[in-house]
Amino acid sequence: MSEVMSDTDKLHEFIGEEYKYGFTTDVEYDEFPKGLNEDIIRQLSAIKNEPEWMLEFRLKAFRAWSEMEEPQWFNASYVKPVFDQIQYYSAPKSKPSLESLDELDPAIKDTYDRLGIPLDEQERLAGVAVDAVFDSVSVFTSFKEKLANAGVIFCSISEAIQKYPELVKKYMGSVIPARDNFYSALNSAVFSDGSFTYVPKDTISPMELSTYFRINNMDSGQFERTLIIAEENSFVSYLEGCTAPMFDTNQLHAAVVELIAMDGAEIKYSTIQNWYSGDEKGVGGIYNFVTKRGLAKGNGSKISWTQLETGSAVTLKYPSVILQGDNSVGEFYSVAVTSKRQQADTGTKMIHLGKNTKSTIISKGISAGESQNSYRGLVKIGKNAENARNYSQCDSMLIGQTCGAHTFPYIESANPTGKIEHEATTSRVGEEQIFYLQQRGMSEQDAISMIVNGFVKEVLKELPMEFAIEANKLLDIKLEGSVG
Amino acid sequence: MLEIKNLHAIVEGEDIEILKGVNLTVKKGEIHAIMGPNGSGKSTLSKIVAGHPGYEVTQGDIIYDGESILEMDPDERAHAGIFLAFQYPVEVPGVTNMTLLRESYNTIAKSRGREEMDPLEFEDYLKTKLDLVEMNPEFLHRSVNTAFSGGEKKRNEIFQMAVLQPKLSFLDETDSGLDIDALRIVSGGINQIHGEEDAVVMVTHYQRLLEYIVPDVVHVMIDGVIVKTGGKELALELEEKGYDWLENA
Repeated sequence: MSEVMSDTDKLHEFIGEEYKYGFTTDVEYDEFPKGLNEDIIRQLSAIKNEPEWMLEFRLKAFRAWSEMEEPQWFNASYVKPVFDQIQYYSAPKSKPSLESLDELDPAIKDTYDRLGIPLDEQERLAGVAVDAVFDSVSVFTSFKEKLANAGVIFCSISEAIQKYPELVKKYMGSVIPARDNFYSALNSAVFSDGSFTYVPKDTISPMELSTYFRINNMDSGQFERTLIIAEENSFVSYLEGCTAPMFDTNQLHAAVVELIAMDGAEIKYSTIQNWYSGDEKGVGGIYNFVTKRGLAKGNGSKISWTQLETGSAVTLKYPSVILQGDNSVGEFYSVAVTSKRQQADTGTKMIHLGKNTKSTIISKGISAGESQNSYRGLVKIGKNAENARNYSQCDSMLIGQTCGAHTFPYIESANPTGKIEHEATTSRVGEEQIFYLQQRGMSEQDAISMIVNGFVKEVLKELPMEFAIEANKLLDIKLEGSVG
Repeated sequence: MLEIKNLHAIVEGEDIEILKGVNLTVKKGEIHAIMGPNGSGKSTLSKIVAGHPGYEVTQGDIIYDGESILEMDPDERAHAGIFLAFQYPVEVPGVTNMTLLRESYNTIAKSRGREEMDPLEFEDYLKTKLDLVEMNPEFLHRSVNTAFSGGEKKRNEIFQMAVLQPKLSFLDETDSGLDIDALRIVSGGINQIHGEEDAVVMVTHYQRLLEYIVPDVVHVMIDGVIVKTGGKELALELEEKGYDWLENA
């Protein structure tokens, strides 16, 4: 018999993946000194030429944040960010408004090319518009014109504050109030850019919209804000992707994403998160502390979150839906993969307020290495939510013996007509499963890939087609390695 | 085709010897039955031939087609034509039978320098094989062994054998858990798959399987060694007398 390695050793080889996006780009920055105070916020607001109400919004948030405590309740332990050591604004030096790609710093354009996100409209995946956020600012948004012809507004949030102040003023903070939590308060005070989308009544967005977040600067945090408004009977599908260089320090990414769907509108929001996750010893990597919430405001509206979380040293995020409109629908499809020393505490909240509201939660956690992967979810049925329905399914897969999977489901129901179903399973990719597939001719690596792909298939099929292949590739890279 | 010589094996990482000097020779075209009480090592023997990583060979050799296979990984052994019908087939949720079989078939075909089949061609091919074990085509789109009854799992193993056309098949207690109708179907399938060019080794407790599939050679394995080898009449003798008379032999 050949030299026998233990199941665990072999599996661990598979997950020693190389992070392909760990390079840095040399660009000149306009940047603020480290640390946070009201002056920094005033400077930030001034540099962006913001109206008075925006500055007020920020200052109010900052004051709230200053009095808040950093949360401790999640299943993760890490060195807390030192907020005085973070740079809250770091933008590549460039012309203030970018109307054409030629004006973009070639080094930044190259960065996106290397990441597989060419910004050139001709080269771009057909049918996908991109807003590229580099450290603190949006550097380019493609296909703006084509979208404008359909009535769809897609631009950076900074531009929206200038051009569509009424919309921003009305909706920003309406789903996630600044003082919702510690990190949303911080973001509300210091957000430097992000994406804005407005889809008018009876309009189906003619293309997929996407934002690509890149953290490049070692000392800067990334605090961006996304706001998507879908008017009556409109539809939009939106995708965000994230990468960062490999540093041996931790960078903080604290985003806020708010979605609002009116009567009959549908927003589909997908995330492929591949921030640098740190090394085998747990040194470096991104802290991904994000607040995402959708308000299914209108009758029959629908909000759907799909996420593939593979990166970050620590992830704390719970994309949620408030089902306010009668007959509204909320969905959460998640695949969270952790390896090495990664920690993920992620899940969702489905808050049923309207009648006949329906939510579905499908969560798939894959843990390998010495990582910890937790699902945390709340299903809440309000007293007026007649006939609310929820179905939750939380499956965990363990690869090896040194990782952990945890499930924390919370249920609160104030209406006796509500129906909540919860199913959970935990399985281990074991020697027997791999041996079975190897006996049928597959290599060990193909066997693991097949098992994992089968496990997550239900969720990945929810991703927009253009990104499904990318997602599969990412999973394979994440779990690939040399076979001994 | 297969020659096992003085094979000793332990459970990986433990000091318990399970096989204590097994000798077995199987020729092309033959059907063998290995019988024996629980814990005699007969299932272990099949797993070791297929390359299960949970066991370690400490002495002896397994020669297949003239070469030792001890250094080969399980997938390399599968490519070489060794097949194991599992006693407990493993579930692979989310992966359809079709996907598994196409991947399997094409990987093996490629390793033997044969043409791979495209999806449509392959589906037609599968349908001809489904008939052998009287299975519904709808079955191809179900996840591998997930929510299968015990009998369906066993039938699926024989279906895979029919599709992959191995040269040497070990059938590990394929008959256990089958009712009489299923046993008839499964045996019928095996009889049709088996031919002059391949060999089958059945591992079983019971003589009843041998009423449907007639072996050329019957072995009795007790406590990690083959204690007696004979013709098909040996199975009848065992049925009558049990294993006790051999245990002290």
